[in-house]
Amino acid sequence: MAAVNQPALSLRGVYKKFTRGERHDSLRDLIPALAKRMLTSMVGPPQLKEQEFWALQDVSFEIGRGETVGIVGHNGAGKSTLLKHLSGLIRPTSGTIDVRGRLSALIEVGAGFHHDLTGRENIFLNGVILGMSRAEVRRKFDEIVAFSGLAEFIDTPVKRYSSGMYARLGFSVAAHMEPDILVIDEVLSVGDMVFQAKGVEKMRQVARSGATVIFVSHNLRAVADLCPRSLLFHRGRLVQDDTTSAVIRSYMEQVKLNRSHATDAEVVIESVTVRGADKPRFDYTAGEKAWVDIRIKALRDAKRVACVLYLRDDQQYELFHTSTERLGHAPLDLREGETRTVTYELDLHLAAGSFHINSALHRYDINHKYDVMEPAATIFIRTPIDVRGAANLYPKVTISAG
Amino acid sequence: MSTNHAELTRFFDLLLTLTRRDIRVRYKQSVMGVLWAVLMPALVVGAGALVRVGAAQLSGTPVGMNDIESIIVRAVAWALFIGAIRFATNSLVGNANLVTKIAFPKEVFPLSAVLSSLFDFAVAAAVALVALPFLGWRPTFEALWALPLVLVLLAFTTGLSLVLSSANLFFRDVKYVVEILLTYAIFFTPVLYEARVLGKWAYIVMFNPVAPVLEGLAAVVVDHRAPDWMWVGYSAAVSVLLLVFGYWLFKQLEGRFAESI
Repeated sequence: MAAVNQPALSLRGVYKKFTRGERHDSLRDLIPALAKRMLTSMVGPPQLKEQEFWALQDVSFEIGRGETVGIVGHNGAGKSTLLKHLSGLIRPTSGTIDVRGRLSALIEVGAGFHHDLTGRENIFLNGVILGMSRAEVRRKFDEIVAFSGLAEFIDTPVKRYSSGMYARLGFSVAAHMEPDILVIDEVLSVGDMVFQAKGVEKMRQVARSGATVIFVSHNLRAVADLCPRSLLFHRGRLVQDDTTSAVIRSYMEQVKLNRSHATDAEVVIESVTVRGADKPRFDYTAGEKAWVDIRIKALRDAKRVACVLYLRDDQQYELFHTSTERLGHAPLDLREGETRTVTYELDLHLAAGSFHINSALHRYDINHKYDVMEPAATIFIRTPIDVRGAANLYPKVTISAG
Repeated sequence: MSTNHAELTRFFDLLLTLTRRDIRVRYKQSVMGVLWAVLMPALVVGAGALVRVGAAQLSGTPVGMNDIESIIVRAVAWALFIGAIRFATNSLVGNANLVTKIAFPKEVFPLSAVLSSLFDFAVAAAVALVALPFLGWRPTFEALWALPLVLVLLAFTTGLSLVLSSANLFFRDVKYVVEILLTYAIFFTPVLYEARVLGKWAYIVMFNPVAPVLEGLAAVVVDHRAPDWMWVGYSAAVSVLLLVFGYWLFKQLEGRFAESI
């Protein structure tokens, strides 16, 4: 217990350099390239050094024992690179990483599963690959099978499994590791809904049992649910280390900053704000009202502008779509410099989850898109009752005899 | 200290599990089951017998049972070498999803490829031990020298596997080059023929470190005599050097595997 004050994980000044561009991954390419390099270095001017960039830049943080921390950031922010460093897959260019305790990385469910082997054989294979000893797998075998609910298929080759069964078996093995530090990357979205709930519950248990959990996900709702603290990454840098709700707010801001529209657009969306009755917020309870303010500005004269609002789920499936014109407003004709604010009032009859609000400016008669802002904002819906999917039908259920 | 022990246990658990996987998958997929391990050496023996009969026609000396026994012994060992190199060369790239996603000492991949080929070898050797007495072969104590000779072959094979598996990770066409070399290597190794048929040029094939092992195996098993120690010593020295170099190289490159694969 002497080490109780030592953080489970600490990074100090971690840099990672990657080389972009030409890489020779076959002798067929390499040999002519070497010959060319020799020739040019003898006669011609030296060639430009290959382009390099920082995948991680000056990253320092500590995670204490038993903490559950989320890692948030856009694609290319360096999340995956960071995870690979934590699990020791790649080494930093400079800086130090200290991991104290047994770390298990759950980066892919069912890693190392072999299609021709049975469920039983794959449990051993996957368990050992994830870091258990064979004795440990043997001890937990029955528990793993019971958790997966696949007892009757356990001697069937996994190539006959459905993708859901495959994922369930993989997750069941992973969930029975007992690491000091658990790194999870986007793996909770496997299996059917019932199994997902079981998975999240299991993760909570791991966290409660005193393990340190590091959770990486695009599903901000899951991050908000599991992690009190989060780290926000942007272009290889750690830009914020704060409570998850503060980090998510900055993440939303980034979405807007990242956006660039065509410079020749006649009219653009300046901002999209989602708010409750009084102030902007991103978490709502199902059935509540929300207002979306879309501020638009004409950079040049623009004709017949309609403001479109649409909603997507995490899988980018469009759930809802409408526009000012569809709702009976005449298209807007704007002069250069003119602004408008379009306010949509919405009843959020949605199931639990995260939903992305998007906006676009459209001219219907010639089918011309002036501007698109996607995603403009993300909201989270909580439901007092357990319903899944996208729509909320507010179910009540009775079971009667007969 | 306990973490070192735990890591070692983990390493052997992994090695064992991956080897079992390779063996199970190979024997499960092929309808022929155990015949898999015997097929390749059997083909080599068939080819060797044909070559011998052809040579006998030319020279007028009859083909002895000893010659066939000699080819069997050489073919079984040659199959170990060929099989292990072939599986090991592709062992890192073939397990790309594990190499990029899970951290553990990556040498388990080429090593398990060699071990699973060793299992095939054991099956083939067992079949050979059953078959040889029918040709009039009787075991003698000299045959025990086969064990250290196989160890030399394993050291060479493992060293080469470590080099080729990492080379194939960086240059994907290495496996094609290896495939071609393995196909024609049988002509530069005394498998179908004995090194002495080359007369004063025999030493040229003996520079191939596999050759003294095959010659030695035939000597101790079939001819019941000691191998040529000088050449075996040469082969052992090259094998150990290659093993050390292969391991060193592999460990140098290991850190770049995940980002380069």
